[in-house]
Amino acid sequence: MSTDHHKESFLTKYIFSTDHKIIGLQYGITSLVWLLVGFTLMMIMRYQLAYPGNPVPIVGNLLGEGGIMPSEMYNSLGAMHGTIMIFLGVVPLAFGAFGNYFLPLQIGTIDMAFPKLNAASYWMYFVGSIVMIVGFFVPGGAANSGWTSYPPLSVTATMGQTVWLLGMVFLITSSLLGSINILVTVIQLRAKGMTWMKLPIFVWTQFITAFLLLLAFPPLEAASVLQLMDRLVGTSFFMPSGLVVSGVVQNYTGGGSPLLWQHLFWFLAHPEVYVLILPAFGIITEVIANNTRKPIWGYKAMVYAMVFLGFMSFIVWAHHMYITGMGTSIGAFFQTTTMIISIPSVVILTTLFLSLWGGSIRFNTPMLFALAFIPMFGIGGLTGLPLGLAASDIHLHDTYYVIGHFHYVVAPGTIFALFAGIYYWFPKITGKRTNETLGKLHFFFSFIFMNGVFMPMFVQGLAGVSRRLWDGGEIYAHAADVLYLNEVMSISAWLLGLAQIFFIVNMIISLRGKKTGETNPWGATTIDWTDTTSPPLGHGNFETVPTVYRGPYEYSVPGADKDFTPQSEKG
Amino acid sequence: MDIPYTVKDRPDTGLYNGKLGIWLFLGSEVMLFGGLFSAYVFLRTGAESWPTGADILNVPLATLNTLFLITSSVTMVMSWASLKLKEFDKFKLYAGLTLLLAASFLVVKYFEYTAKFHHGLFPSTNNFLGIYFTLTGLHVLHIIGGMIVIFFFWMPGAKMWESDPDRFTNRIEIVGLYWHFVDLVWIFLFPVLYLL
Repeated sequence: MSTDHHKESFLTKYIFSTDHKIIGLQYGITSLVWLLVGFTLMMIMRYQLAYPGNPVPIVGNLLGEGGIMPSEMYNSLGAMHGTIMIFLGVVPLAFGAFGNYFLPLQIGTIDMAFPKLNAASYWMYFVGSIVMIVGFFVPGGAANSGWTSYPPLSVTATMGQTVWLLGMVFLITSSLLGSINILVTVIQLRAKGMTWMKLPIFVWTQFITAFLLLLAFPPLEAASVLQLMDRLVGTSFFMPSGLVVSGVVQNYTGGGSPLLWQHLFWFLAHPEVYVLILPAFGIITEVIANNTRKPIWGYKAMVYAMVFLGFMSFIVWAHHMYITGMGTSIGAFFQTTTMIISIPSVVILTTLFLSLWGGSIRFNTPMLFALAFIPMFGIGGLTGLPLGLAASDIHLHDTYYVIGHFHYVVAPGTIFALFAGIYYWFPKITGKRTNETLGKLHFFFSFIFMNGVFMPMFVQGLAGVSRRLWDGGEIYAHAADVLYLNEVMSISAWLLGLAQIFFIVNMIISLRGKKTGETNPWGATTIDWTDTTSPPLGHGNFETVPTVYRGPYEYSVPGADKDFTPQSEKG
Repeated sequence: MDIPYTVKDRPDTGLYNGKLGIWLFLGSEVMLFGGLFSAYVFLRTGAESWPTGADILNVPLATLNTLFLITSSVTMVMSWASLKLKEFDKFKLYAGLTLLLAASFLVVKYFEYTAKFHHGLFPSTNNFLGIYFTLTGLHVLHIIGGMIVIFFFWMPGAKMWESDPDRFTNRIEIVGLYWHFVDLVWIFLFPVLYLL
């Protein structure tokens, strides 16, 4: 028995806890708040894009004189929207929250391998996120060189960029601690009988994600150190000779290369794309297997595809850099690897798609989000192919087409998967059920308005509208025909914001509801559902740690007395 | 219930948790220094002119420092081996020697740095000096970090030897792995910066 009898204060139980479930919840709540903040920044920016030069209502006074958004402010909001959404929102939610809470439950361990490091990881993330926000209050405002921080612009930028780099150092440390923890936990602490090919796909995705974070983030740390040196000590790692900005000769010794930053940055940031999408695959797989009541089609193909995907993600980074003049032979190499990496993505999506075949599908809220994920991610993935080939990328580079492409992957892709995960595991965390009606309203409105925001971006992008225009392209003749779409997208974005009220209200009233007393309401097979209470026991998770006898998705086994056979059932 | 394999090895991996953890951490450190070494190669191949390290930097002092660090790696292993042989006094001696050698390294580095500044050679002077100060500076930070941990186990942390000797021995092994890595980084830095 593992129940602790000594009394714990609120502070030790909820704030400085080392229990993986509490840390998971800390990650979850913090990152959901940041997602809302990041989205709010974009809703403000969309006003400027729809009605350029008009005073912004409600928050106008915070922005500048007369409520009109200054262009520097627009740049800051853009850079911080990207940074907050990726580094403070989606990754901590997908990896920090879901990974921390459910991975130990699914592999059958009482906690993560290093509980104190786990807590340290959360607090590093928390401090890093505060540092990022402090940027808004330093002279010159927050970082305004895009979330990619390309030099020389970022080196000559205002103080906010220094704060951004310091924030990154904290976030990188946090993700380093988190990824080591997940890796050691999966390798060392699997329950008896939980062999590699019996792991739920969710665990596999977290495992591969952890490897990507472990190995891809340090080069960005190196790059951040170099950029800090450029900004603070006056080195010229990224500053070319003879640089002139706005007619002023820059006081740098020169001899450096802006391209170096891009290489180091994208060496992180391309694996980062898979960090964003892999946990989503994991959640979607759990939800789909559960709600089709049949095994996943092609479990092994999926695992091998994911491992291959993780490996390949390290050698495709320069497909973000076709127009930098790095040379056609290098371009040819990265086009080839980029085409190759699309194969495992298609394998994974196909296995999910074929898993639906012949299932008796239950259309509950998590399943609706999961079903929407498949075509939405499909659109995101397929629109990426023209960007992976230099010839078409030269036309599309830095246009709204790119924005549409990666938002389809991350917003109706990953974020839908995260919503699916929240609705799916809510009964496990709280012992209560969410409201299905509100959940479905949340889904349908989100689904419609997500497409309303991102589909027109492809049209604008193909027309050649650049992604970084403060006025949304008003002064360009080639944008004139597609300019009306700015208003469509902006209104969709605000309505999408309103649709999230269904989610927030749902969470509040569901939390205030009564416990149902069911431990396994979805009839799931994995041991997080079958062998723990809802919510799981404080320290220790399990009454006794189960032994695993079966694969993770034994639904509707012929001859069985119920339509799911738990992993921990003998036979 | 306790977390399994904190001290004992898991049979199928042959590792305890901490040892696997430090190996993964070192993997990420390889990527960190690998990124910086790549930056060095990128900058050097793209530069119009690049000085020879030996013309600017002090090779004899760096050779001395190399000796200090290699010796400190040896004493680090000896301190762990002493614990395996249950000879706590010898552990104290060897860990103390490791600290002393590391401190000597820092003293020499301090003189090297001040001599450079004295001659008007700063990180901003050119990219060679920039990358030199960045790489060695980061390495020095790693040395200081290692020294803090070794000092902790040498003085206040050593009482764990009484309560949980196996775990204490494992901790020294983990610190040792880190220390050898820091040593290894210097083995790469020395020729790359001073000799090539």
